[in-house]
Amino acid sequence: MSTETTKEFSWYHFASPRTFYPLAGKMIPWFAGVAVICGLIGLYIGFFVAPTDYQQGESYRIMFIHVAAAWMSMFIYVIMAIYATIYLAMNVRLADMMAGALAPTGAIFTFVALWTGALWGKPTWGTWWVWDARLTSELLLLFLYLGYLSLRGAIDDPNRAAKASALLALVGVVNVPIIYFSVKWWNTLHQGASISMTKAPTMAATMLTALILMTIAFWMYTIAVVLMRVRSDILTRERDATWVLEEIGGGK
Amino acid sequence: MNWGSATEFFAMGGHALYVWGSYGVTAVLIIAEIVWVKSKQQQTRQRLARMAQARAAKVVPDEDKA
Repeated sequence: MSTETTKEFSWYHFASPRTFYPLAGKMIPWFAGVAVICGLIGLYIGFFVAPTDYQQGESYRIMFIHVAAAWMSMFIYVIMAIYATIYLAMNVRLADMMAGALAPTGAIFTFVALWTGALWGKPTWGTWWVWDARLTSELLLLFLYLGYLSLRGAIDDPNRAAKASALLALVGVVNVPIIYFSVKWWNTLHQGASISMTKAPTMAATMLTALILMTIAFWMYTIAVVLMRVRSDILTRERDATWVLEEIGGGK
Repeated sequence: MNWGSATEFFAMGGHALYVWGSYGVTAVLIIAEIVWVKSKQQQTRQRLARMAQARAAKVVPDEDKA
């Protein structure tokens, strides 16, 4: 019997809400701590070490949050679609809860990317907004997140909500490569990628360092806040389980 | 060091509105999300504790009768 239990110890073990709940609780402070440290160092380098851009002046400093938020907005959607796939393929409830917990943070980063983009576009291009491929497809991403969230909110039965929203997440994921490659495929006002896998970065090393630190900060923040959110969802969905009753009884 | 004084830092070379408008709104949204998630956590715990109590109050007399 003991060998059976050892064999079962695997991904399914961590996919059990009961195991995942305390584990997530222990991980949150670590991710939050790394987020704060990277964010503070990133801001320091971004404002005090990275030089003024010779073309754009100081407004380019918006990049450190604009590009980081835009990357997160796409990355979170892809992770959400992966969890949706795991849910549809293997019926793992925790995967559905993770997908649902990622969406609000993804929507916030998408809004941040659009907002900071408008504030960067005004002094750089002379306009807050243009309907070019990059901006339009990023706006579509925001609507996909909002549509996903309202679909989940509109269906009362958790299983039906999970299936329907997972399908929406999967259909919408085609938009992510469209956003990413839009600056290559179409003639856009938006500038091309500043960093790519194949070419050396087109910016100063200190600027790149600040951008990478801010991206790590946003990423770790996302993990921390999503784990916090999913813990509430786990309690709600498993409210009849004995361990939840013990948790809410003893955790005061 | 890029800035001669604090005033120069806050002026952002004439782009203060754009730079601080970007960082300000981002900071507000992140703080708002943390507050929102934390209050949801607390509400969930309280709601579930109330539900469990209500159920316990109902179950106990039934058990006494039996």
